[in-house]
Amino acid sequence: MQALLSVHWFKFSSPTSFYPLAGRMVPWFFSAALLLGIAGLYVAFFVVPTDSQQGESYRIIFVHVPAAWMSMFIYLLMAGWAGAGLVFNTRLSGMMARALAPTGAMFTFIALWTGALWGKPTWGTWWVWDARLTSELILLFLYIGFMSLVAAIEDDRRADRAGAVLALVGVVNIPIIYFSVVWWNTLHQGASVSLKSAPKMASTMLLGMLLMALAFWMYTIAVSLWRVRGIIREREPRAVVKD
Amino acid sequence: MQWAGWSEFWAMGGYALYVWGSFAVTLAFMAAEVLILRMRERATRNPAGHET
Repeated sequence: MQALLSVHWFKFSSPTSFYPLAGRMVPWFFSAALLLGIAGLYVAFFVVPTDSQQGESYRIIFVHVPAAWMSMFIYLLMAGWAGAGLVFNTRLSGMMARALAPTGAMFTFIALWTGALWGKPTWGTWWVWDARLTSELILLFLYIGFMSLVAAIEDDRRADRAGAVLALVGVVNIPIIYFSVVWWNTLHQGASVSLKSAPKMASTMLLGMLLMALAFWMYTIAVSLWRVRGIIREREPRAVVKD
Repeated sequence: MQWAGWSEFWAMGGYALYVWGSFAVTLAFMAAEVLILRMRERATRNPAGHET
């Protein structure tokens, strides 16, 4: 309440006002995710032609690349919220960081899983300890570490601060993942959005990937807002006055 | 992809395991996450609570 009255621009950083707002937004983001996902899958399976070298296996790109992007975006977002919680001492920030972590871990696992399923037919192996794959695996451990740490500390606010420090230190891994294919000689290919092939092909591929990435974004916003509502209910039941 | 019937579509040019293994697991994870959130919502909502 104090935050609500004293600092106007932090209005929605108060769980009381954020809770109903989040509830109203969840269905819209789920609907957007569904529509974008259907459009993305249509492009991925029916518009984009078969690859001359990889055949149909390369269609994995439409889930692999957006999932890998999300795994990194969500981590930055989570660390950003966690850092804001440290600086401004707002209660909602730590809750948002916690709400994002499971979805980030999920997309990291999906990126690794689809990468393995793509690696087998194209490289001949499920896994290789190269820089890109290893740093992405470390990202998964960072997510799991963050979730374990905040779950292990009894006092919620102390847990948020400890988690924030871990999340912020782990940010160093994100540029390592991103530039790993440049800095090291990896089996993993370089920039995925390359325009080396025929323009039409490249543009429809890009369209499919962007649609899937947007669908994943909308999905991420929907589930994290839904999850943060659960966290608010658990932690501050008195903040939930109306729905 | 040139449309040549459903069986051809599901076969994915011999890469069915890899392609469908990727898309199915992704979809399953998302569905599971939504299901867990629904279960949690039902469990944590206090029936005699403040919400209307």
